[in-house]
Amino acid sequence: MNENAELTKEYFEKRKRSTKTSTFIKKLLGNKNPGDFIFERLTLLFAVLVFLLVLFMAWEMYSHSILSIKKFGFHFLVTSVWDPFNEVFGALPIIYGTIVSSVLGLLIAVPLGIGVAVFLSEIAPGWLEKPLSFLTELLAGVPSVIYGLWGIFVLVPWVRDSVEPFLQNSFPNSPFFQGAAYGFGMLAAAIILSIMVLPIISSISRDILKSVPNTQREAAYALGATKWEVTKIVIGNAKSGLLGAIMLGLGRAIGETMAVTMVIGNRPQISASLFDPSYTMASVLANEFTEATSDLYLNALIELALVLFIITILINILARLLVWSTERKWKSNPA
Amino acid sequence: MKFKILSIAIMIAAAFSMSSFAQTRLTGAGSTFDYPIFSKWFDTYNKMTGTQINYASIGSGGGIQQLTAGTVDFGASDAPLTEEQMNTFKNKRGTDVIHLPIIMGGVAITYNLPSVGQGIKLDGEALADIYLGKITKWNDPRLEKLNPGRNLPNKSILVAHRSEGSGTTFIFTSYLSKVSPEWAKKVGNSISVNWPVGLGAKGTEGVAGIIAQTEGAIGYIELAYAKQNNLPYCVMKNKTGNFIEVNFNTVSEAAAGASKHMPSDLRAVITNADGKDSYPICGFSWIVVPKDIKDYSHAEALVKFLKWAVTKGQADATSLYYAPLPKPVQKLDLEKIAMITSNGKKIK
Repeated sequence: MNENAELTKEYFEKRKRSTKTSTFIKKLLGNKNPGDFIFERLTLLFAVLVFLLVLFMAWEMYSHSILSIKKFGFHFLVTSVWDPFNEVFGALPIIYGTIVSSVLGLLIAVPLGIGVAVFLSEIAPGWLEKPLSFLTELLAGVPSVIYGLWGIFVLVPWVRDSVEPFLQNSFPNSPFFQGAAYGFGMLAAAIILSIMVLPIISSISRDILKSVPNTQREAAYALGATKWEVTKIVIGNAKSGLLGAIMLGLGRAIGETMAVTMVIGNRPQISASLFDPSYTMASVLANEFTEATSDLYLNALIELALVLFIITILINILARLLVWSTERKWKSNPA
Repeated sequence: MKFKILSIAIMIAAAFSMSSFAQTRLTGAGSTFDYPIFSKWFDTYNKMTGTQINYASIGSGGGIQQLTAGTVDFGASDAPLTEEQMNTFKNKRGTDVIHLPIIMGGVAITYNLPSVGQGIKLDGEALADIYLGKITKWNDPRLEKLNPGRNLPNKSILVAHRSEGSGTTFIFTSYLSKVSPEWAKKVGNSISVNWPVGLGAKGTEGVAGIIAQTEGAIGYIELAYAKQNNLPYCVMKNKTGNFIEVNFNTVSEAAAGASKHMPSDLRAVITNADGKDSYPICGFSWIVVPKDIKDYSHAEALVKFLKWAVTKGQADATSLYYAPLPKPVQKLDLEKIAMITSNGKKIK
């Protein structure tokens, strides 16, 4: 009996000790089991790493462009002379070219893209919808250099021989269609960007429109709505997602390099006419980075990259804000 | 048993593929101007000796940058390194840079005017004024005076130039700076300048592409590209006053005079040269290498190739519309190549 009692005492002592350590560990783990704990912390680490990577990139770009920032300061963003020989760098025409070519490209692509998406999700019969969806997504996968080559050999001659003379004859006094028609220039770049951005906008929009619950459509039909009114309701439902799709398209357009540099004429100037050549930030970096041999030149190019980076972030923030504001409006006015 | 045989077979295959890596591979980067003849040389040399040479045709500036960074064994440039670049090289790599003239080339001024045909006459001032934007139409009175009876059309001139840093641009702007004081003051002579007018395109191929696509376009490209694309090119007035076509004879004439006054580091610019038959827009293209190359096998392979290229390789020049180096320049090259060392030791 004594042995038993001793064994039992030992057993309970062991249990008490192990209970103390295990409670301590349990508290550390936040009352979850260890597997979950590791999983949560690991995924948190990955998320933080991505954020840190973005910060690191911004820091590296800033520190490698410090010479140019010190020398030109704010003038870098507002002067118009880009002269590698005399080492004077002003990026205004390049920023202008980037923004204008992307916005113009979107102006063409958004109505087309959303139109395609509405057709594919609301109107097209099943046998037509699947192959058409496949084809639009295929366009998104074509490498940008191929668009560039197609641009030089097909688009530019067409723009030069058909589109620009037509525009010039139809609107002879418009400041947007002045100058000799060379094909290469802002108009060709805008058209090529719209073709590249169209599949992104249309495929994402189509998915978003499809994800609007059918109950919405059925309820509208039940209340006597026509097909067009139902479509309007569906689009209203999906507004925030569509805005997100457009912003994604804008993001791609701003960063597009090879296709644009092959057709835009590569000339840093600000001009109202769409027939004139222009220059985008991505094109400058692609053209001049390998040959920038002086330190100031290299710093100026990296500062340009930093500006592009900041513009991209600003656009994404703007997109987020727009999406949140429409969502809030929608939530507060559910009717 | 089967697994054992399979694993042994894989190891033997790996060993054989490893042995092929033991062959020396050289890498170079730089001028697009030189790319056609380099392709031919590397192919011939590989068949002859087995040495494989990879070349990235990214522009002279890129070649200089990569050589200074130490990522390639040699660079190729149509513009000699500036004092600043040579100092940067010395600071970064710890040794001097050697310039070796490797080939000569002519810069053709090509245009697209189907109604007029080959051989429009231009002189230096007119060309500079076209590129300054002062002459904007083909039937400008100055151009008509140079070309009586050619019926130049009433078309706008579309100027095309290189968008990236380029040795071809260096040779072209060197010529324009010599014949036009306004150009020298306003724009200057460099591998990359602030062009007053015109469209920029990437690579000689890009400029040739713009010219081929657009009627009324004018641009400067390497003679080989002009011949290969069947583009008409201008006949230029040289320093003596004669109108000269660009071919390897007229380019060699320009070099013949220059080789008598070669500076000791072989960085000579020969645009607008003397000589009644010399073509005014041409230049040397250089291979630039470090004076001291750390890896002996690379140094040895490179020296062997360079010796072959400046002597036997010159025979390939004319078939690709380059001018071969005159014999005195070849001799100077061989003397410079003999100065390349590896960790201080001479190369056998």
